[in-house]
Amino acid sequence: MGVSVIVFGLVQLVPGDPIRLALGTRFDQETYDALLARSGLDQPLVTQYFGWAGRALTGDLGVSFRSGETVTSLIAERLPATLTLAFASILVALLIAVPLGTLSALRPRSVVDRVATVLSQIGISVPEFWMAIVLILVFAGTLGWLPSGGYVPLTEDPGGWAQRLLMPAVVTGVVSGSVITRFVRSSVLEALGADHVRTAQAKGLPARQVFTWHVLRNALLPLVTVTGVQLAYLLSGVVVVEIVFSWPGLGQLALQAVQARDYPVLQGAILLFAVVFLLINLVVDLLYTAIDPRIRR
Amino acid sequence: MTGAPLPEPAVSPTATEAGVSSTARPPRPRWRQTLGLLARNPTAAVAATVLLLIVLVAVFDEAIAPTGPNEIAVQDRLQPPSLAHPFGTDDLGRDILSRVVLGAAVSLRVGFLAVAFALVVGALIGLLAGYYGRWVDDVLMRLMDILFAFPAVLLAIAVLAVRGPGAGNTALAIGIVYIPVFARVTRASVLGVREEVYVRASRSVGASDLRLLTRHVLPNAAPPIIVQTSISLAFAVLAEAALSFLGLGTQPPNPSWGLMLAEGRGFIDLAWWLAFFPGMAIFLTVLCFNLLGDGLRDVLDPRQRTLMAGSGR
Amino acid sequence: MQQVSAPLLEVEDLRVRLRTPRGPAEVVNGLSYTVGRGETVAVVGESGSGKSVSVLALLGLLPARVATVTGSARLDGEDLLTMSPERLREVRGPGVGMVFQDPMTSLNPVLTIGRQLVEGIRAHGEVSKAAARERAAGLLAEVGLPDPQRALDRYPHELSGGMRQRVVIAIALANNPSLLIADEATTALDVTVQAQILDLVAGLQSEHGTGVIWITHDLGVVAGIADRVLVMYGGRCVEDGTVDDVLERPAHPYTRGLLGALPDLASADDGELATVPGVPPAPTDLPPGCVFWPRCPVRSDPRCATEQPPLAVVGASGGGLPHRAATWCEEG
Repeated sequence: MGVSVIVFGLVQLVPGDPIRLALGTRFDQETYDALLARSGLDQPLVTQYFGWAGRALTGDLGVSFRSGETVTSLIAERLPATLTLAFASILVALLIAVPLGTLSALRPRSVVDRVATVLSQIGISVPEFWMAIVLILVFAGTLGWLPSGGYVPLTEDPGGWAQRLLMPAVVTGVVSGSVITRFVRSSVLEALGADHVRTAQAKGLPARQVFTWHVLRNALLPLVTVTGVQLAYLLSGVVVVEIVFSWPGLGQLALQAVQARDYPVLQGAILLFAVVFLLINLVVDLLYTAIDPRIRR
Repeated sequence: MTGAPLPEPAVSPTATEAGVSSTARPPRPRWRQTLGLLARNPTAAVAATVLLLIVLVAVFDEAIAPTGPNEIAVQDRLQPPSLAHPFGTDDLGRDILSRVVLGAAVSLRVGFLAVAFALVVGALIGLLAGYYGRWVDDVLMRLMDILFAFPAVLLAIAVLAVRGPGAGNTALAIGIVYIPVFARVTRASVLGVREEVYVRASRSVGASDLRLLTRHVLPNAAPPIIVQTSISLAFAVLAEAALSFLGLGTQPPNPSWGLMLAEGRGFIDLAWWLAFFPGMAIFLTVLCFNLLGDGLRDVLDPRQRTLMAGSGR
Repeated sequence: MQQVSAPLLEVEDLRVRLRTPRGPAEVVNGLSYTVGRGETVAVVGESGSGKSVSVLALLGLLPARVATVTGSARLDGEDLLTMSPERLREVRGPGVGMVFQDPMTSLNPVLTIGRQLVEGIRAHGEVSKAAARERAAGLLAEVGLPDPQRALDRYPHELSGGMRQRVVIAIALANNPSLLIADEATTALDVTVQAQILDLVAGLQSEHGTGVIWITHDLGVVAGIADRVLVMYGGRCVEDGTVDDVLERPAHPYTRGLLGALPDLASADDGELATVPGVPPAPTDLPPGCVFWPRCPVRSDPRCATEQPPLAVVGASGGGLPHRAATWCEEG
């Protein structure tokens, strides 16, 4: 609700007449009137808001000023690419973070730990678009192993799909993975020091069993929350990476909408991001309730 | 429901009647001690030194830069790094070292402005919410939750879409994104301090709200805010670079690291140095702010009330 | 509770040094004692006297990175401190069962009670899941948990502190240990439950000849169950002997302080240990002479300030067990 008011209010803040801006300098009165009537911008503000919000609830986000397509269909077209990239990235992130974070927690202050700490600090600080450019230079340019960007649907060419997904997923995955590595490290360290681990050892359980069931299991439960939060951030973080790798996702759509002053599309894209963000948080909460017996009732 | 959760600090146990008068004084921030502890953390000390150098470079940019940022010398275009041009030249023959130096001024100015804006507005909101509680708290923090529900980069893009591109608007956009973070950190600190002995003692003496806020609450909320500032600066610089890279931030021909990266991208197979050096500058600055933030947290905020570096990404 | 010739556990010159941020801490300094089959030894002392650390060291439960343990501790003739990690794992459980202090944290919050019991049973011998579960329910019934079958599927947070402590005790008893170590095991429980648990342990002792080390603050418990008492202070044994000797004729000023025997100290009417003025020495900074010297109200001998008095026999009761105390103090 609050989110929708802000998304809506945003466009109202645009100085001048959005339609005039969108159409540029050369347009005829007929087109203008048609667009004005269709977008409902001639109505009073409150009417406009409830009309927009009501339609948004039914999945109608308006029509693009530029192409005339419905915003919903534009978004639906781009959503799979963005979701694919976000999930692939989180997979990469977890594949990096869980082993690395666990190893460094098991041997604090060891060489592994120090290397992991430095690497994650670097991963957090490196601009993803720069890393993307460097990867393109090396793997697409010098080595020529991978295409420099683009997207083909999985159903058409699985090999090409994977090839094109790899680099962007690694770039965003490394960044998220660095954040998660630090989390896993501190979480495992904390679990290692828990009293119940001593109880488990005193039972005479084999060391591996103690570690798997009494350290790792406890340490990784809160990982669900962190992963969810990271996934939500990834959805917006991929904007930049989508541009560099010409990945036809929502980020690219949003940026094109900004450049073209196509406000209905921008409005729709941002609203969708915010809703997805809230949805992920909701799912994380539910999931956590399901897996942590302390919260389950 | 919202992003990175901040632990609510435990409200300290209420004072016993006997203890009120004797301990009714706020602990002063121990700057000297803080600096000493920081100096013993080599990573943070190095980071602070490098940052100081970067800031000096940014302040004295025109004195340091070998050439003007926009001096075009087409005959020298796309020169690899050499003695005359340590970082090489770009497609218009402009000296990249000079542009990186001048870009430092642009990037840092936007970063500092953005964080200053977020800090002032966020801290004010957090102070009010934490100190007055009740409906003030509810309304303000709900507003922050809503703002927090927008992915950071996207919110900034949206603000820029409305306000138009440019350095000032970029600072504003990034600033708005970081308001909730500062509001939460401040509120949490205020909640922790509010019931402490000296505030209750002062109130019973009849000190005004303003006096209480400025003399007692603010100094005690300062450590986590300082840590948060350092970490936020890292992301403000990063965000400025990202937005400029997308063409929404600093506009050409002004040199900004993100913009230079975008410009160098097209020449990446021909002249790697175009994109490499500005990228390195961004990376180094962000890394140092993060390391400094981590070091400061170890010293100032052992209870870890602030977000971990990177959770804002 | 008859004494058999070869003791079950023989601890000799146990020393534990911990690496702390404030320098090395000598937490246990040359502790020697024995526990016979079916015998109960009570260990008393203030917190920080090294009681818990000394028993954790026996089972290798101190983090190896910070703790250095020397001396020997032979269980049935086998040294716990030098045995292989695999052998030590086999001993934990059937050899030594341990009950930990804090019932709120010593169970894994995300695993069911049943799982935590069953995994302990199945770690020592081929037992089917169903059989182990059956045994687990039996153990819970033994420690007095109502509705044991249902309790197996519960999580720790669904039980009260007292119930949880019974579960912890059931886990320690799961493999019929020959030695049971209980660290403040009943402190959190109310008197009735405590009595049940003590009965349970006594039954176990007569049935299996289990030796027991019982760490406690509660003199009522000491008088009720212990055969012998060991008083710890500053990581050393300052006095040991039979319950009668130590409780009736305390020789060390510290013991007398604990028992409220010294006229100027608070009485121990409520069965709790009396408080001795002052605080125990920091293990990073032990006094040069007798560990108790800084707080000692007697200080009868000039050597007390510079030299640690050795543990010397001060008398023997009928059973022929020596009553020893580390003091030069003559009275009593």
